[in-house]
Amino acid sequence: MPTGRRRIEDQIVYGISRPTGGHRAVNFRLNAPYVQMYGIVKRFPGVLACDHVDFDVRRGELHALLGENGAGKSTLMRILYGLYQPEDGRILRDGAEVTIHSPTDAIRQGIGMIHQHFMLVDTLTVTENVALGLKSSREPLLDLDRVEDGIRELSEAYGLQIDPRAPVWTLSVGERQRVEIMKALYRGAAMLILDEPTAVLTPQEVDELFVTLGYMKENGYSLVLISHKLQEILAISDRITVLREGRLVGTVPTGEMSRQELARMMVGRDVMLERTREDDIDVGDVKLRLNDVKALDVTGQPALRGVSLSVQEGEILGVAGISGNGQRELAEVIAGLRPIAGGSVEMDGTPISDWTTARRTESGLAYIPEERMHDGIVRDFAVSENLVLQEHTSDKFSNGIFLAFDYIARYSRQLVQDFYIKTPDIRTMTRNLSGGNIQRLILARELSRRPKVLVAAQPTRGIDIGAIEYIYQQLLEQRDTGMATLLISEDLDELLALCDRIAVIYEGQIMDTLIREETTAEELGLLMAGVHPQKQ
Amino acid sequence: MIDELFTISTLIGILHSCVRLATPYLFASLGETFGQRSGVLNLGVDGIMLMGAFFGFYVVFEGHNLWVGVLAAIAIGVMMGLLKAFVSVTMQSLQGISGIGLYLFGLGLSSLLFKTLIGSVEGVSGFRQLPIPLLADIPGIGHILFNHNALVYLAYLMVPASWFVINRTTLGLKIRAVGHNPEAADTLGVSVNGVRYTTLMIGGALAAVAGASLSIGLQNVFQENMTNGLGFIAVALVYFGSWRTVGVLGGALLFSLVNALQLWVQALDIPVPSEVAVMMPYIMTIVVLAFTARQIQRPAALARSYERGE
Repeated sequence: MPTGRRRIEDQIVYGISRPTGGHRAVNFRLNAPYVQMYGIVKRFPGVLACDHVDFDVRRGELHALLGENGAGKSTLMRILYGLYQPEDGRILRDGAEVTIHSPTDAIRQGIGMIHQHFMLVDTLTVTENVALGLKSSREPLLDLDRVEDGIRELSEAYGLQIDPRAPVWTLSVGERQRVEIMKALYRGAAMLILDEPTAVLTPQEVDELFVTLGYMKENGYSLVLISHKLQEILAISDRITVLREGRLVGTVPTGEMSRQELARMMVGRDVMLERTREDDIDVGDVKLRLNDVKALDVTGQPALRGVSLSVQEGEILGVAGISGNGQRELAEVIAGLRPIAGGSVEMDGTPISDWTTARRTESGLAYIPEERMHDGIVRDFAVSENLVLQEHTSDKFSNGIFLAFDYIARYSRQLVQDFYIKTPDIRTMTRNLSGGNIQRLILARELSRRPKVLVAAQPTRGIDIGAIEYIYQQLLEQRDTGMATLLISEDLDELLALCDRIAVIYEGQIMDTLIREETTAEELGLLMAGVHPQKQ
Repeated sequence: MIDELFTISTLIGILHSCVRLATPYLFASLGETFGQRSGVLNLGVDGIMLMGAFFGFYVVFEGHNLWVGVLAAIAIGVMMGLLKAFVSVTMQSLQGISGIGLYLFGLGLSSLLFKTLIGSVEGVSGFRQLPIPLLADIPGIGHILFNHNALVYLAYLMVPASWFVINRTTLGLKIRAVGHNPEAADTLGVSVNGVRYTTLMIGGALAAVAGASLSIGLQNVFQENMTNGLGFIAVALVYFGSWRTVGVLGGALLFSLVNALQLWVQALDIPVPSEVAVMMPYIMTIVVLAFTARQIQRPAALARSYERGE
């Protein structure tokens, strides 16, 4: 059901002023469109990011904007927030045409945006972050006391718990998000755009956020939620607009949609995200074992405080946790990229702690790093060069000191074909590939070596659903042939779908290791927040 | 000989020189602090100082009031700051190398103008000692702290003034935000480039006054390259002071103390090779910078140009 050009005036309700802590109180008509965008076009070099897209959001509505990476959803909202200028199209607010050249203009139109990467200055306090860019009542001097009072009022009205005097660097991710919302509220926003707001939160923090959003909705705020998590969109939105490759697929009322239908709209074909394998395969010997492993982070602080775990042949062990609890260090210690400060790592029963990375790789360890652009590939290398990066000195790919170009080319073409890597040519610079295709490339390189152990860190973060589906399939297939996989992820749905067992990491320690069938997202969420459910 | 260095009157003399000699460092480093807190590294300070020193001197040499000389220096400093801002903010060239370019430009142009307009080393009567009534009569301390010329006092007044602007005004909040997270500031409608233009103009003005404080305040002559790299030390002092005004003050005093000591060692004919004495401040710079590796306060966006998008 595509949306045409229309002015929906259904269910007009007058009245109710929004309690925004006295900063702004206007009458509004519930369900009247607050912002309408028509025929928006935005071009980036080589890409048509938005191709005549229509979008509208009503007062008191939570409108979800769904699409794969690169579908144009963030671009569309950045246009609305004045960060990009569209080549064509019109924007209306309350039915009147407006031009938005900068975030200042957007804020003036009552539009606030919560970015995926928080836009906070961590050296400043909460109050200073809120006051930044605002006119002070005592210009040119700051009036932080007054701002602080305003923050306290708002935080009471909307249940946004924050200490106004805390420097931002001391706050948790959930608290930082509240500061972001506070910034918009304090500026008198009537509409909030939230760009993937739940990606970084624990399930409990997600619930709290949704409560706040629900309350804002009741008070007439217009909310736009950019997301690719089908489940949460179905749970809380009123309408859903789906974009694909810069084009509008359609706008639909949430009640009429199922997960499968949405996924089809988003990808343009049927998608299989569920676990496909028969249960209970035989797990064999322990392939990877960590005994009381300790390691320091980049700043020299302890990041791993005695991690013990083991992965068996034909098993996927998940590591759940909020980012920054030692996951990165865990992956790096196993891969040999970070010195071990205590304990031991064993592969196939042999201690490998003091082996070089190369020796680990040769002995059957594969690694999919979290920072795929930095650690996974060399951006300015050709696809084929990245495909043989690890083994380029082996006899297979070299003749003495020379590379065996013909063989490398043939081999690369085969992998590109087998792993469905979309690239114009094997000589294409890897940096020009999309995130999903780069991940396929890394997967191809790592899995084609038939590794015994795979360490995959956030393998699906930020890539499109088609590639995710493919990666899931590969991980499960490899597992069935006996590979032991350690899957580090922040996505609980992903872990619950793929893993046999899930270990929860919190502040560098394993809180507990649970069998997938015997646990729930709630239990994992509590463990991720450092709480033992049974000990409450 | 060496024991002459430790008499009371010599010590008072050294401390007096120390307070006096800190003047150009203070102006220049405080100016550089503004730029760096907003994320722009300006290595061209020395060039701006030379331009300020020349114009301040030339105006006074032509018979104008000393304060007109200072104003002329400020004007040229603002222009040099604008030039730096255009190159590294608008055109987004690498900040380090464009600063070196600005330095060489200032060095060359001030020398050229000096040769064409003045020609030979001449003196002017610069700012006079302005003992502060009563305070200057306090024994010892009075001479050390309160018996200087107006530019010296002004330099010290700039310390709390700069602190106030950075920490207590809306402009200061913007400067701190832009230096640490320009993206965040931009999304709140703060003009990142506007703030950086402003700090570079402030920095240029202060650097030029630093130069003038040499040519019409402390030495009362102009010579080619008379700053002798002092502007680079001023940049180093900002790092030394961890981007805080008080830290900059401490650094400037420590540095000028070594300098004063060096001058007195030479003046008293103490048998230390003069090369060694002259080297002391520079060795000091290296040592101090080597030990100020902790960069807690470092503006995260320092030396990174900002472009919207991505």
